[in-house]
Amino acid sequence: MAYPQLVMYEEEAKQISAILDKLVKDSNAKAVFLVDKDGQLISQSGETENFDSTSLASLTAGNIAATGGLAKLIGEKEFSIIFHEGEKDNIHISIVGQRVILVVIFDNRSSLGLVRLRVRKASDELAVIFDKLAEKSTKAASSESPFAEITDEDIDKLFNI
Amino acid sequence: MSFINYSAREINCKIVYYGCGLCGKTTNLQYIYEKTNPESKGKMISLATETERTLFFDFLPLSLGEIKGFKTRFHLYTVPGQIFYDASRKLILKGVDGIVFVVDSQAERMDANIESFENMKENLHEHGYDIEQIPYVIQYNKRDLPSAVPVEEIRRILNPQGVPDFEAIAPKGIGVFETLKAIIKLVLIELKKGAR
Repeated sequence: MAYPQLVMYEEEAKQISAILDKLVKDSNAKAVFLVDKDGQLISQSGETENFDSTSLASLTAGNIAATGGLAKLIGEKEFSIIFHEGEKDNIHISIVGQRVILVVIFDNRSSLGLVRLRVRKASDELAVIFDKLAEKSTKAASSESPFAEITDEDIDKLFNI
Repeated sequence: MSFINYSAREINCKIVYYGCGLCGKTTNLQYIYEKTNPESKGKMISLATETERTLFFDFLPLSLGEIKGFKTRFHLYTVPGQIFYDASRKLILKGVDGIVFVVDSQAERMDANIESFENMKENLHEHGYDIEQIPYVIQYNKRDLPSAVPVEEIRRILNPQGVPDFEAIAPKGIGVFETLKAIIKLVLIELKKGAR
């Protein structure tokens, strides 16, 4: 397949969670989301209950994909930061390690400068974890996978709801 | 590409509905949205023009039951069918796990179907996928329209590989869930293969 599969393990999930919690606090943000480029939510922190995180993840990925298309059109590799300014709330979107998307939602309790600064630090830390995850995923022994044992019955059961 | 989260015990997969303009991709998603239990579905998003033509994509998140203790989540997307939106179409195919190719059965749309199918192959190729390897099913939609071409004939042109195919009348829901089940099944079988 063209892309390596993203796999998340307990240990890394915890580390990512801790980084996001810290980012919310340090940047005075309302909420922070980590999304993969295909639009799947990886992790979140802050006042996330006020947002439809599934929709947010999919639209962010669409946004990044469209912006990436624009970048290529004008001969750039990618635009690594997108910022949307609203009346009250703002969204800061950035690409981490060319793999995942970090979304920070903030209002006037914070500022773009502060968010940028904190995002940069968090991104470096996150990039290290995702490098490790990529390595781990490729190495993962197939025998560990629970999906090798899927039966037709399991699949049929999904549709009985 | 499917995302396996051992921490949250979830599998996430991406399914894309592809096909020519006005073949019924959005209608498929709307019907699925209407008929699914509120607890199994998220909000449906349509990025459409004022005349309700898909501009970028439609998105519908579905959660089905568990497999081996993992929650299964499927993200359904449609592409914009109109020819000139090819750049957007290409973006949406990125990371796809399974495709539903929706065919407009009307005789006058056969050229558009073939063009769309070729376009899909090209776009997949650009992402490094091969149509022979990616799970896909075909839906012959609009079977109730007077100019519908016999299924055998469409099959000969668009499904020489003999992938699972279904007749449908999407606004009435006929064939919609059969198609969805088939592609989900293929995607999970692929996941199983990948795990070996």
